[in-house]
Amino acid sequence: MSSILIAVIVLAALALLFGALLGFAAVRFKVDGNPIVDQINDLLPQTQCGQCGYPGCKPYAEAIADGDKINKCPPGGESTIDALADLLGVEPEPLDAEHGAEKAVPTVAYIREDECIGCTKCIQACPVDAILGAAKQMHTVITDECTGCDLCVEPCPVDCIDMIPVATDRSNWYWEAPTAGVELIATDRRPATAGGHA
Amino acid sequence: MTEYLLILVSTILVNNFVLVQFLGLCPFMGVSNKLETAIGMGAATTFVLTLASVCSYLLYTYLLVPFDLTYLKTISFIVVIAVVVGFTELAIRKTSPLLYRVLGIFLPLITTNCAVLGVALLNIKRENTFVESILYGFGAAVGFSLVMVLFAAMRERIAVADVPVPFQGSAIAMITAGLMALAFLGFTGLVSI
Repeated sequence: MSSILIAVIVLAALALLFGALLGFAAVRFKVDGNPIVDQINDLLPQTQCGQCGYPGCKPYAEAIADGDKINKCPPGGESTIDALADLLGVEPEPLDAEHGAEKAVPTVAYIREDECIGCTKCIQACPVDAILGAAKQMHTVITDECTGCDLCVEPCPVDCIDMIPVATDRSNWYWEAPTAGVELIATDRRPATAGGHA
Repeated sequence: MTEYLLILVSTILVNNFVLVQFLGLCPFMGVSNKLETAIGMGAATTFVLTLASVCSYLLYTYLLVPFDLTYLKTISFIVVIAVVVGFTELAIRKTSPLLYRVLGIFLPLITTNCAVLGVALLNIKRENTFVESILYGFGAAVGFSLVMVLFAAMRERIAVADVPVPFQGSAIAMITAGLMALAFLGFTGLVSI
């Protein structure tokens, strides 16, 4: 048998063996992510606003799984706290005022463009990159992306950002949610006819 | 026995992989900003290098030599080292989360780093026996860790020192590394094998 053939066969066998070994290891040593973190994350409103003090909803979910308080999520509000308490088997607590208050209606940021000086401070504050603009250029909010988390209001040096309630139109009108026996998180709870949906 | 000791001293100090043979320079410059990460990297490298010299020796002696395929050593070493390290990483992750947290993120980084491949190839070139190969790999890794820790500790101090503007950042790190290499040259002639 020619030597090149032997080389090919030996290396192919080696590669096959190693592939099988790694494949086996991947199945045998599979690490299940902490399933409770995903369940908690599903209950959080996914506004990624950081009002809880963590850089997003997933990190907060991990912190809750590690034993943090469940009452630090203003966008989720009371219903999220109830759902979390139910999932984790702990007593529901009132929303921690330190992290902000729950909003009655969903809002969206609006920049009064005449007054904007183009300082980019609100762009840096926005956790979901919903503000468009450049230095010394007027900024504006991409309403579809805005989660209404209020984080851009504070840094604005000229106070030209308003949080306005979301107007109802065809894009965000929903049938009324079922009421009996269903617990909804705050962002899904809507005033009588309609409201925003993330 | 003295022979084994000589191998260790030789690889750790005299023929230091980083400063004398200039292997594994990327982690040396890249992961030496903080002492803590340097220690983690050193531990992971020790682990990988020892493992790499064992499995590359076995592969070479029992597979490549009998089939007369020694010209394929580079590629087969890369494969075997990558697989063994990958396998160990998976196993550690499952069995010991603590160890995984210490070594985990560094393991894939150094899988087939030039120092790792260098140890495997130098073992063949020096015709080391099995035990010698293990010691050679282990010694090289200890030398690497030693230099990493020393260098990281120096960089931490340099970070707060008043460095002239043209020398700030990587430049002063390079100069420091060069001076360290000069210092390690002083070990030449300590032992010879």
